Amino acid sequence: MTLTMRLRAQAHIETPRLETPFHPRLAALDRVNDWYNWAGYKAPHALDDTELEYFAIRSTASLFDLSPMVKYRIEGKDAERYLNRLTLRDVSRQKTGTVQYTAWCDDAGHVLDDGTLFRLAPDVFRLCCQDRHLPWLLDSAIGFDVDIREETEEIAGLALQGPTAFATLKAAGLGNVASLRPFQITTLPAPFGDVTISRTGFTADLGYELFVPSEHALALWDLIHAAGQAYGLRAIGYDALNRARIEAGFIVAGADFIGADIALRPGRERMPDEIGLDWLVDPAKPHFNGRRAILHARRTGALKHVLVGLEIEGNVPAEGAIVYHGRSREAGVVTAAIWSPTAKRNIALASLTRPFGTEITNDLWVEIYALRELSYQKMMKRAVIVPRPFVSLPRRTANPPGLF
Amino acid sequence: MQTYDVAMIGAGHNGLVTACYLQRAGLNVIVLEKNDWVGGAATSRELTPGFLYSNCSYVCSLFRPEIMRDLELPRHGLQVIAYEGGAVLMRDGDYLASYRDHHSHRREFARFSRRDAEAYERYARDVTRQCRFIQPLLMRTAPDPFSFKPRDISELLYLARKFGEFSADEMAATLRFWTMSISDFLDEYFETDVIKAYLALSGIIGTALGPMSPGTAYVLLHHYMGEVDGSVGAWGYARGGMGAVTKALASSFQASGGVIRTGAGVEKILTRGGRAEGVVLEGGEEVRARLTVSNADVKRTFLKLVDEKDLPERFVHRVRHFKMRGSSGKVNIALDSLPEFPALPAGSTCIKGDLHFTDSVERMERAYDDWKAGRWSADPFLDMMIPTTLDPTMAPPGKHFVSTFVQYCPPKIEGRDWRDADRDGFAKTVIDQISAHSPGFRERILHMEVRTPREIEAEVGLTEGNIFQGELTFDQLLFNRPVPGYAQYRSPIHGLYMCGSSTHPGGGVMGAPGRNAAAEILRDLRRPNEHMSPAHDVI
Amino acid sequence: MTSSDTPTPAAGTCDVIVIGGGHNGLTAATVLAKAGRSVLLLEAAETLGGATRPYTFHSGFRSPGLAHLLNRLDPEVEKALGLDLTRDAALTPTTVLAPGRPAVTLRGAYGETVKGVTPEEARAFAALRRKLMFQASVLGRFLRKAPPRLDGAHLSDLLTAGGAGLKMLSHGREEARDLLRMLLTNVADVADEFLTDDRLKALLACDATLGFRLGPRSPTSLIGLYYRLTGEIGGKRGGQIPASRVAQAFEAAAHTAGVTIRTGARVAAILTERGAVTGVRLADGTTLAATSVVSALHPRTTFLDLVSPAECDTGLVRALTHYRTDGVTARIDIALDRAPVFPGAPADAATGRIVVARSLGQVEEAFNAVKYGRASEEPALEITVPTLADPDLAPAGRHTLSILAQYAPYRPREGWGTEGPAFVSRVLSLLENVSPGIGATIIAAELLTPDAMEERFDLPGGHWHHGEMQPDQLLVNRPIHALSGYRTPIDGLTLAAAGSHPGGGISGLPGLLAARTLMAGSRP
Repeated sequence: MTLTMRLRAQAHIETPRLETPFHPRLAALDRVNDWYNWAGYKAPHALDDTELEYFAIRSTASLFDLSPMVKYRIEGKDAERYLNRLTLRDVSRQKTGTVQYTAWCDDAGHVLDDGTLFRLAPDVFRLCCQDRHLPWLLDSAIGFDVDIREETEEIAGLALQGPTAFATLKAAGLGNVASLRPFQITTLPAPFGDVTISRTGFTADLGYELFVPSEHALALWDLIHAAGQAYGLRAIGYDALNRARIEAGFIVAGADFIGADIALRPGRERMPDEIGLDWLVDPAKPHFNGRRAILHARRTGALKHVLVGLEIEGNVPAEGAIVYHGRSREAGVVTAAIWSPTAKRNIALASLTRPFGTEITNDLWVEIYALRELSYQKMMKRAVIVPRPFVSLPRRTANPPGLF
Repeated sequence: MQTYDVAMIGAGHNGLVTACYLQRAGLNVIVLEKNDWVGGAATSRELTPGFLYSNCSYVCSLFRPEIMRDLELPRHGLQVIAYEGGAVLMRDGDYLASYRDHHSHRREFARFSRRDAEAYERYARDVTRQCRFIQPLLMRTAPDPFSFKPRDISELLYLARKFGEFSADEMAATLRFWTMSISDFLDEYFETDVIKAYLALSGIIGTALGPMSPGTAYVLLHHYMGEVDGSVGAWGYARGGMGAVTKALASSFQASGGVIRTGAGVEKILTRGGRAEGVVLEGGEEVRARLTVSNADVKRTFLKLVDEKDLPERFVHRVRHFKMRGSSGKVNIALDSLPEFPALPAGSTCIKGDLHFTDSVERMERAYDDWKAGRWSADPFLDMMIPTTLDPTMAPPGKHFVSTFVQYCPPKIEGRDWRDADRDGFAKTVIDQISAHSPGFRERILHMEVRTPREIEAEVGLTEGNIFQGELTFDQLLFNRPVPGYAQYRSPIHGLYMCGSSTHPGGGVMGAPGRNAAAEILRDLRRPNEHMSPAHDVI
Repeated sequence: MTSSDTPTPAAGTCDVIVIGGGHNGLTAATVLAKAGRSVLLLEAAETLGGATRPYTFHSGFRSPGLAHLLNRLDPEVEKALGLDLTRDAALTPTTVLAPGRPAVTLRGAYGETVKGVTPEEARAFAALRRKLMFQASVLGRFLRKAPPRLDGAHLSDLLTAGGAGLKMLSHGREEARDLLRMLLTNVADVADEFLTDDRLKALLACDATLGFRLGPRSPTSLIGLYYRLTGEIGGKRGGQIPASRVAQAFEAAAHTAGVTIRTGARVAAILTERGAVTGVRLADGTTLAATSVVSALHPRTTFLDLVSPAECDTGLVRALTHYRTDGVTARIDIALDRAPVFPGAPADAATGRIVVARSLGQVEEAFNAVKYGRASEEPALEITVPTLADPDLAPAGRHTLSILAQYAPYRPREGWGTEGPAFVSRVLSLLENVSPGIGATIIAAELLTPDAMEERFDLPGGHWHHGEMQPDQLLVNRPIHALSGYRTPIDGLTLAAAGSHPGGGISGLPGLLAARTLMAGSRP
């Protein structure tokens, strides 16, 4: 960086928390002033009532600002080959105009992060993820003709999720997304410029993610927000989204697993098979990072953990609870838990120590400590391993998408 | 004449820690200090009216919280204030600031390199892993690999077990880390010179090595192992200067019935038939004690206070070749107003932390080359702090105390002793470097205290002015510190113990050597040690 | 890998392809062939020998090879290959020349006797030598075995460690303590602790740092001296003889063992698929199929140039890019029209090696320069006269001088084009100091800088040990942890040169141990 650029950038300290490009609109709608720090950005836990925001996801439509998501643009002649070596899935089979959910590992086969990989053009990709990985991405590029650039600040993103998501887009003049199937991407013109839209989301519901250059963020928001008024659209914070994602059975870095490059304590890293991502690993494709270690662990039975979905009796969320086998032997820990309003069940994600969760799947219990008015209600509740997602809605994948 | 249970030579922080624990365990302890004040290298002295100088050590982080708790130091006045990072002021007019806020820190690094900004995460992770491995060893006596005593064997097995918690990759990385130079280590993460220079400073402070010398990565760890109230790696000011640490220790000691005699320099340790029986003070007075503990460094203790013929020849040889070459100096300055640093934005918090002016590893290394040649560095590395920005007790309102740690500064000038003219030349080099970034700095100076290794040795008693009582190179750590076979605070003379920073785990205002020594002494006396709480877990 | 890369079976398929005909590649190939494998050895140059390969530096004048002394050819290697290079060889002396001071001469294995110092100093040197020899003998136990494994306790590693532990105690507890005290320290402090004579101290400083990017005051620099003292010649630790016709001897052994050798066959790629070797592709485009490939090249060449990065993990590539392998020593070959004379040195001094250095301080100051990308003002020199051992290297009556000059950076900031001529003239004036009048007898002088060594010998960084031998790049971390112990994460690909344990020098041990590891079977 030049000296002039460096000197100009000194001013960053005046705003230790960045505001996203949508912030003026979020701030205007915000009623509860409940902000948190998402990767250095000011982001809302909730703008109003979390319960109401959750039901907007499931019964009308919700608008969530996902701009702080870290985004890398990867382009060049070797981009596909590069990403095929970097990530677990076969990128050579990913078509242009589609999105892949994927994950990537270090040499030891430990997951560094999961994220979504957008193939915007044959040689142009965007990788969205929770943590920052520039040094790893750059070091992985040694020997490849590929250019990697972080573009988190340049690209603004919105998640539009819920049964009336399509109706809202249609009303906004973006009805051409009708032909978009899940995990497909399209670029559509809007009055202010192009919008890149993918049929993806973190909610297990009908939904889209919309990306524009940051300077068009407010125009995009205004377009969608106005169009959505007739369809019950509501801006939401992370707490409501988090409920939907647990129902969807999705994992989150830092909560359900720790990225191998930030884990401080020996043994805290996880292999894909240990966090339910075994289905991403493609041993038939060419070499990829961690391949040798993952296959070796599979072959020798060295896998230590497994991630499972649990249904727990009763209605008290088991967040952070210890999982037992036969009420006495520790089998693991609950990483995320809620009472699911949509499934009407008490659900949880748990990291179990094998053979619990693999060979031993019955007689599991969770010990819940519920603090109620200065007293712990201590409960031992039966837990049953159930498949994920906990909530499966036909409208998520319906083609064409429904209007309501 | 009264016979004490214990005579402690020197009232430095480690001596006082040992004395406190022993007194609390029911022994009758006298502390003998040659100066008219206590504190050793942790002092606050008023050399000009209204100003308190932290004359030697100047910041606090390593001091073990277990000791503060056991000895009730907060009740005796100790308060440590965390401070914000600081800045490196660069020759091109820019600066690299360090911020406590994670994301501001990242964005500051990203001004220079986005890659470096993100690489810091992995760097911090790797260093933290090493810290977590080392930390539990601080308050344990180092095992002797060749004694074959059950306790040493079990301690060695403990070390092996701890090491065994690592994966094979981490073990290999740990073996590398221990012997790498801080410069090579940083090269594996970062590409920006000023970022490397900023991070390298912890690898060289107090050390007679340059950033390109193998082993300096470990020295860095030594400065990262501290904490301020659970915030690992954080540094703080002791309110009232570093003397507040020893003042609180002295107060705690006296409150439990201990006796301190200042102005009582020890001339000789009394021995008879291979046993220590107390000391002879300068002037001839004898102080009899059943046990004698020396807070002085290992060279001073065994080459000056004990008759060589009372010691095994091999021991003397090893003590003589224990490396404790002074490498640093100190310039303490009273200012009539807050200095200005035009490069920093108005109202910047950086001025409350440590300020540096060395923006490349090469400049640091060249500064070290001067030291090797027996000269003070022409372009020294400075660690400058203005504690009065957070602590109003150290200077009159509006006025400031500036502590400047200077590296490198040799114990001798091209083989001869320091002269006053050298000292003045040294001070001028330092003020010139500050003034280049702070116009008008020189005009603000009301009073200045310049300490080269000569002054440090003469006043504090640290041989060759080495602030760690012995270099922290791996050949002088753990069971080798200070002398193989005598790394457990005992000495070849019965009843004579060591408790200073020459012993494991080494220098810095940490108190761990003093506490470990007290534990060993009480073990030898078969006395219960109920006033020592267990070392904190590292979870 | 594209489909056109799919290897076709070579005419006369082989069990193992060995890449690189340096002494380690030849050792590995010979050992494997003797064990009944069919081995194809591919060498890029037209002649074999690698760093032991003689080269012509001036018309009619040849150098015996980059290595001009033998001081660690391993007896096991000699036995395994049936070599006869060191048996009955007379150890040659080491002479230290410092201008204006009498010569010091060490004879026997690293100074069994020392002449030219006071009797007290000779006694002090003997005591230090005894101590260092003992310590080196303990450490040497780790050199003839593959490095220990960290993924659990393995019996053979425990036995090695246990054996070393017992050996360490064989001279009593205090000697064992001294070993742990001195192991990671620097050579300057050790020299100062035991010696007083500047010339002896300078010798130790040179011997500990020659070829390493360390100064005598750098912590861990004693390891270089230990490494030298672990080497033996004809059963004598610390001995040395001229390196003469070394390449020929290794080559003959390979031929005898039935190794198929192709010279002028540069490998352009090691072909792999999903983590396993499938063969190699030569520079001319032909591919040779093989499921077992031994690379006796520099590890960085092997993994960053020959194996596709797409077939390696990122962490491995990252670690290799940080592998420190910038050489610090230059070679100057000189053609003389008559035998050199070193006044004050014993008559046979030139049959051995002559070290030109004044003091520890001089060597340390010489080191300062290389830290900042400059060549030393006053470098330390190690000189041999190869024509005394092999007159064929020069026309009758003429001679050659081989000088190692330290320190010389891999790529100076000013460039060798600027630094080179001045450096040569500084070296020649140092030479003139100890051999007045020699300048007039010089026919030609060729400077071989580290970057030229890189070019000529395929040595990245021009580092003749294939990478710094500092503790963080030794044992389980040589060259890097993921590649330690000869096996690699690529099934069927074995490393067998100085970049692997135990490291550089003409020992043959990396080649021998790699071949043994390969024959012991691949890991799961």
